[in-house]
Amino acid sequence: MNNLPLTAADFEKATANISAEQISRPSLSYWQDAWIRLKKNTRALISLYIVIALALFTLVGPILWGVDPSLQDLNQVSQAPSLPKTAVLVGPYQRWEGVVIEDFPAEPDDYPDTVGDVQNIRTFGNPTTQAVRLVWDPLEGASAYNIYRNNSYPQDYNDLGLPLGSTFAGNEVSYEDRLSLESRDYYYSIVPTDGVDEYESYAILQVKPALTLTASEAMDRGLIDSADESMFGQEITLQFHPFGTDYLGRDMLARLMEGARVSLFIGIVAPFIYVIIGIIYGGFAGYFGGKLDQLLMRFADFVVALPFLLFMILFKIAFGIGPGESGIFPMLIALVLLLWPATARLVRGQVLQIREKGYIEAARLLGAKPHYLIIRHIIPNTMGVILVTLTFAVPAAIFTEAFLSFIGMGVAPPTPSWGSMCNEGVKTMLSHPHELIFPAVFISITVLAFNLLGDGLTEALDSRMRSRE
Amino acid sequence: MLAYTLKRLAAGVITVWFIATATFIAMHQVPGDPLMNDKAVSAEIRKNLEAKYGLDKTKVEQYFIFLGNMAKGDFGISFTQQNRRVNDIIRDHFPVSATLGILAIFFAAVGGVMWGALTAIYRNRLPDIIIMFMVILGISVPSFVFAALGQLMLVNLNSLFGVSVLPVAGWGTIWHMLMPSLVLGLGTMALLTRLMRSSMLEVVNEDYIKTARAKGLSPTRIFFRHQLRNAILPVVTVLGPQIAAITTGGFVVELVFAIPGLGRYFVQAVQQLDYTVIMGTTVFYGAFLVLMVIMVDILYGFIDPRVRLQ
Repeated sequence: MNNLPLTAADFEKATANISAEQISRPSLSYWQDAWIRLKKNTRALISLYIVIALALFTLVGPILWGVDPSLQDLNQVSQAPSLPKTAVLVGPYQRWEGVVIEDFPAEPDDYPDTVGDVQNIRTFGNPTTQAVRLVWDPLEGASAYNIYRNNSYPQDYNDLGLPLGSTFAGNEVSYEDRLSLESRDYYYSIVPTDGVDEYESYAILQVKPALTLTASEAMDRGLIDSADESMFGQEITLQFHPFGTDYLGRDMLARLMEGARVSLFIGIVAPFIYVIIGIIYGGFAGYFGGKLDQLLMRFADFVVALPFLLFMILFKIAFGIGPGESGIFPMLIALVLLLWPATARLVRGQVLQIREKGYIEAARLLGAKPHYLIIRHIIPNTMGVILVTLTFAVPAAIFTEAFLSFIGMGVAPPTPSWGSMCNEGVKTMLSHPHELIFPAVFISITVLAFNLLGDGLTEALDSRMRSRE
Repeated sequence: MLAYTLKRLAAGVITVWFIATATFIAMHQVPGDPLMNDKAVSAEIRKNLEAKYGLDKTKVEQYFIFLGNMAKGDFGISFTQQNRRVNDIIRDHFPVSATLGILAIFFAAVGGVMWGALTAIYRNRLPDIIIMFMVILGISVPSFVFAALGQLMLVNLNSLFGVSVLPVAGWGTIWHMLMPSLVLGLGTMALLTRLMRSSMLEVVNEDYIKTARAKGLSPTRIFFRHQLRNAILPVVTVLGPQIAAITTGGFVVELVFAIPGLGRYFVQAVQQLDYTVIMGTTVFYGAFLVLMVIMVDILYGFIDPRVRLQ
């Protein structure tokens, strides 16, 4: 009925075909398989690279960067991130006599109701961060002048800024400002007074002082070897702070590296220890089961209910760590002692499941001893879940460290940790936001990387995922 | 139902007792005592003070006196705040912390369910990607950074409009509460969104959804009555532990926004070793958390009829 093109050759006896039975692909172990699947997950892979980069940042960074994180640089306090700055080398501060116009009356003959604005404000010499010297023309009717300084252009008479001081006579027409000057724009206002009240008139001068460094300061900080007067006026390059400096002029990059050491140390070591404790505890409870299991798990439940913060602080006091001292070790102990039950519970659940599996039964029938079963079969099969727990425990521990240091219960200054740096940064966040933002970003990136890595590992180690591909 | 509740409550009382005992032992292991904080007092005055507070008795006696008073609901008088009863401290400052926490949970739950449902509707499309990116941010940024940024935002907002849109710190009106509770709830909101999303995607493949669709129910009805209601269950389960997380996290937000909550007294008491305040706040917080978890479990039984309460 149908005419298939069959030939006589099709009816010959077939020979056994060996190659069809052959396993053509290489046999993969569980971990190799997981690694291949992890490599396919771009997000997890990027996170893994970030984690490696952070480890390098902490371990190799300080060697490469080589800046002392506790070195204070009071010439560069709370600097925003910038390119290397230069400063002009100057001699020690020299007193300035000021300007008094001799042939102008110190007290005006009569006090008019209104006067005009002060005229012709100018700087005397070059304005520097050492001193800004202002000179102006004397004003008819003024018996003294008040001097104000503002960081932005004054909008009106009520917005003149910081009152710096005043002169004492109508012919004393100069003022020297040495009040914590920075190399930025200042708006000086001169307001004439009648000796008691101000006239509502003012004149503004914009001044940007040049950053200067005295020769002795420069020598103290090793920027120059020797100083003689011929070098004054020469420009020298200051210490470079790519991430800016904190409120004491300490290098943010060096402190971030140093802080990473504390944060990552606690973030990785604490989970590592308590996951091991959890494996032993949970494995024990799960394997032996029964009354012992009930008892052990009830105890774990109680530990979970303990108030974490209280015990953390109590540990700190019990270890004799007073306020103002850094307590990395008690923090580690507290984290380990209080956070193990979660892992224990998880491992117990896993062990309870695996215990009933056929291969365990088979091994037992073949005469395997309990310790062989646990080491050879049960623990390797719970490793996946444990690894995932570990990656999620790391960000939790980093969070806890940061939280404790932030409220002043963890690492105390001067030891930097990302959390304590945030704590310092919050105080100045309105004027110098970079001091808060950098440590906060580092915490966030680290936690993010570990979270995404944990997600990737969960997917990679879940053998059910394999069938879905 | 009643038997179950009673059983849970009994277990809760044991838990609280355990917390109290452990805290009592730990507290007395710390060297020093609350009277050390005072200026050097003469031996006689010290003796009188010890008698007044019952510190002259043995630790065991003190423990049983404390247990007896605790059973009557009396936590005693604070050591460091003159003549202020611990019960008064709790009564004055706990409502503040509780209001903050409840508002935060409210924001977190409403936001989490809403965003989670949205991501499930727009699966793998732009809204989903944007929301999930925000979720990852929400999980990875510490609450104190959110608090600081929230405050910074308010400062900028207020100076931009020239009037006080929302107060930057303090407590009192509903306007004071908005920003702190939102900030406090963000982390939990992110977690709940993630949970809600996976739960929604799991539910959508269930047979009863297919049946409902086959019967010709409107997509809106299927979404709200069948998908959302079933997907919300895991969210309710994690709400209990999350309340605990929010009450501890609340302290930082209280600190940044200068809110007179209970957390500050707790930390102060621990630092000054104020025995009565430590015990009072710990036991109170412990009891509160245990109660919350029990309530959530009972609530779960109401939402999901499949859960048989034994």
